[in-house]
Amino acid sequence: MAEQAADVRPPPDGAAAVARVFREEYGRIIASLVRRFGDIDLAEESAGEALVAAMERWPASGVPPNPGGWLTTTASRRAIDRIRRESQREAKHQAAVMSHDDTPHASTGPVEDDRLRLLFTCCHPALAPEARVALTLRLLGGLTVAETAAAFLVPETTMAQRITRAKRKIASARVPYRVPEAADLPERLDGVLTVLFLVFNEGYLATGRGEPVRAELTGEAIRLTRILRGLLPEEAEVTGLLALELLVEARREARIRNGQLVPLEEQDRAGWDRALISEGHELVRRCLATNRPGRYQVLAAINAVHTDARTARDTDWAQVVALYDRLARLDPSPIVALNRAVAVAELDGPEVALALVDRLPLAGYHAWHVARADLLRRLGRSDEARAAYDAAIAATANTAEREYLTRKRGELG
Amino acid sequence: MTHYLLAVHGPAERDEYGNYGSEAEMNDALTATGAFNDRLRADGYWVFAGGLEPVSTSTVVDGRGDRPLHSDGPYLETKEALGGFWVIDAPDLDVALRLAAEGSRACRGAVEVRPFEGLG
Repeated sequence: MAEQAADVRPPPDGAAAVARVFREEYGRIIASLVRRFGDIDLAEESAGEALVAAMERWPASGVPPNPGGWLTTTASRRAIDRIRRESQREAKHQAAVMSHDDTPHASTGPVEDDRLRLLFTCCHPALAPEARVALTLRLLGGLTVAETAAAFLVPETTMAQRITRAKRKIASARVPYRVPEAADLPERLDGVLTVLFLVFNEGYLATGRGEPVRAELTGEAIRLTRILRGLLPEEAEVTGLLALELLVEARREARIRNGQLVPLEEQDRAGWDRALISEGHELVRRCLATNRPGRYQVLAAINAVHTDARTARDTDWAQVVALYDRLARLDPSPIVALNRAVAVAELDGPEVALALVDRLPLAGYHAWHVARADLLRRLGRSDEARAAYDAAIAATANTAEREYLTRKRGELG
Repeated sequence: MTHYLLAVHGPAERDEYGNYGSEAEMNDALTATGAFNDRLRADGYWVFAGGLEPVSTSTVVDGRGDRPLHSDGPYLETKEALGGFWVIDAPDLDVALRLAAEGSRACRGAVEVRPFEGLG
């Protein structure tokens, strides 16, 4: 693949560098191995062995020109060794082999991406919703079980059990490893979009204590969304999700400065990626022309308004609030109401917004505390703002967000 | 290929028309189920299928002791009971779920899809 061949990587500075490359390549390795051997556990174990081999070799010899290819080849060899060993022990190792289909579906045309097949497997409606996201983050995003657990705020043992149970169901109930046929596609799509958006969000603002922004996850979500759009060009919500992701991704570089999160109004807009923004705007225009509005399209339109403004002061807040009103009709959740209230603050002032925010049952959600802290600060209610910043800091593990909130708390009078 | 159980659970207590509501509804369901069974056979998915008599006709046997113990009625006190089932042979879960949806529509009941252990 061209994107692999174009990769130029610096020599590794040790185990951490190897681990980083491994994570970036993880989804590709697993998807390729699952396609070849039809067994997720085997794919994961063999990928793990390939990592050990890379840890031994790369620090001395340097990262090979195509690390993904090297890891996949090494993992495949280990998988074959494993199958040989196990088939000598028990002849029925074939029992758990998943069903897969190598013949291209007429309906899916050129889409022959292993990761897309694996994505539809991970997002299969027969799996529990929380297991779908967990599997996608684990198998395609390369998150460890611990990181996946942190993303869901559950103990690691719970997450390990959830993933194990889902993998067992995939194997014994024969959840197929393929892109669904045209007739089933629209139905299966919704679940996939939800998962892709969650993966994107985990990259956009990581829940763990590691890297605060995980470009490989946002990049992966965008890549998979692009493929999905190639598959379903008529589905406005796929276009909407892609537009949303691009318009958010365009601001990625400007969102972190000196390890601190930079809020939208303080970002250096010259640092925004203009190519991504114009692509995103074009997609939003296409959605408007299609006129079948959905949640992702409205979110994309909101981000189009933000990225249209030359400065934060130029933002058309009336338009933003109107779009949030529309979103609230499609998705009447308290999280949408919270984001709407933040926009209302720009239009009607922080006092009106605070009254809206205080009404929401979101005391367990860190963004609620962040919004309250900011509104209280703007109202000059420093003691309450300080308490809200404390609660917000306690509720997030993201280092860049903690740094930002700590600074804002320190600036209180 | 894997064998799947498609199990139809329904109320343990049945009324005159087998909980279909009316004689016409019951006949419609039986006709539709018969047609679905024919399609299963024609398409090569069929292994076995049958409707069950009410749970009041069942007997539980415990042969673990020296002499078998018999008790009448359902094994567990429950409002829901297995009313009938199919065993099908399908290449994967997507096919099994599609057939289960057709079977559910035909027999007018929710269908639980469960794979058999090991090679079907």
